[in-house]
Amino acid sequence: MASIDTGGGDGGHKKGPGVKKAKKLSTRVDMTPMVDLGFLLITFFVFTATMSTPTTLDLNMPKDIKDQKEQTEVKESSVLSIMLGKNDQIYYYEGKLTESGDNFKQTTFKGIRDIIINKKKEVISRYVTDPECEAKAKAEGKPISNCADKDFVVIIKPSAEATYKNTVDILDEMTINQVRTYAMVKIFDQEFELIKATEASGGIK
Amino acid sequence: MPSVKIPRKSTDTDMTPFVDIAFLILSFFIMATKFKPPEPVEITTPGSVLSQKLPENNAVMISIDSSNKVYFSVLSENAPEKYTTIINGINTSQNLGLSPAQIANFRKTFMVGVPFTGLKELLSTDANDQPKLKQPGIPVLDTLNNQLFWWIRESKSAFAGEKLNYLIKGDGKSKYPVFEAVISALKRNEEFKYNLVTALDDIPSGTELYIKERAGEKDLKK
Repeated sequence: MASIDTGGGDGGHKKGPGVKKAKKLSTRVDMTPMVDLGFLLITFFVFTATMSTPTTLDLNMPKDIKDQKEQTEVKESSVLSIMLGKNDQIYYYEGKLTESGDNFKQTTFKGIRDIIINKKKEVISRYVTDPECEAKAKAEGKPISNCADKDFVVIIKPSAEATYKNTVDILDEMTINQVRTYAMVKIFDQEFELIKATEASGGIK
Repeated sequence: MPSVKIPRKSTDTDMTPFVDIAFLILSFFIMATKFKPPEPVEITTPGSVLSQKLPENNAVMISIDSSNKVYFSVLSENAPEKYTTIINGINTSQNLGLSPAQIANFRKTFMVGVPFTGLKELLSTDANDQPKLKQPGIPVLDTLNNQLFWWIRESKSAFAGEKLNYLIKGDGKSKYPVFEAVISALKRNEEFKYNLVTALDDIPSGTELYIKERAGEKDLKK
């Protein structure tokens, strides 16, 4: 068992007659109880240890602006609107929602990344050199490539049935795909009706 | 016939190195363990790729549990007098008429999840018994009676001149309208920067952030 080997024992040389042999006490200590206790403590600490420290995701919301003139204008063609429905479903459309709603599409959290990436690529490909923005980027020491996707805007509209996890996941997706401009706004009634209609036809409860 | 002698080997193995390692691991765990404060409500946070650390002081935490109940708590171990300032502010603005003992108890209260009408009962309960108390959550969904607004307002004035972080810790299953109501309570206090508490997720490979992080790592190595 666990013990300290002192190497002692019968290795001593013979002494002459008449010399009294001192009684040798074993220096071996039985360490078993100590080891038992050690492992008990290890088990305890392993179970109580909190290894995953929580992290934070920063969220900045804009101030509510009532004045139409002060609102930021974005190019319609480079906007991607993402709506969050129930059962982790995502609905999206590019640009403006048509009257008939035929550019209204459905996807899941697995598919949304490719849609964001493709839309971003498309916006970048349409980019015509903007000297003003590039000069500004240079002055601020930022890469000029930042200008290429400056028009790209993602609008996130969680519906009442979306969960908090969906919201965080989509915000996370913005970080993952390096979308610089995104906004969280209230869902429009027309969009909510469309979600409901799609859910009814798709059998999503 | 000569018999083959099998040498007898001792079954006593030397376990010293094994024990050494075991104690090394033990000391590591003792050092690394940080005890979690007991939480009256279980909240499973969703994951995010950001690895920013959570502030532990100068913060208020708004928790949303899986049944859409909202709780409010103050994290200010460095400056305990803030607790008193906040509860005094609430006491005066809402005319609750709390006794000094109840005010003192707020310091030990880990989470407040009751409307103002139930605050007296919560604060008369001993802090150790509070987790047993059923808390209905702070009303937020009614825009006219968004009581979280008052809690944030008092915290804001208690921490005036200092940086105050707003932590929102929501359960993955809670619904979006509650989160929106919490945000609107913060917005009405002219606060627009929040920290959402999340668990750490890995960055999916091949994405832009992944490429950027890898490039950043390479730069550091140079």
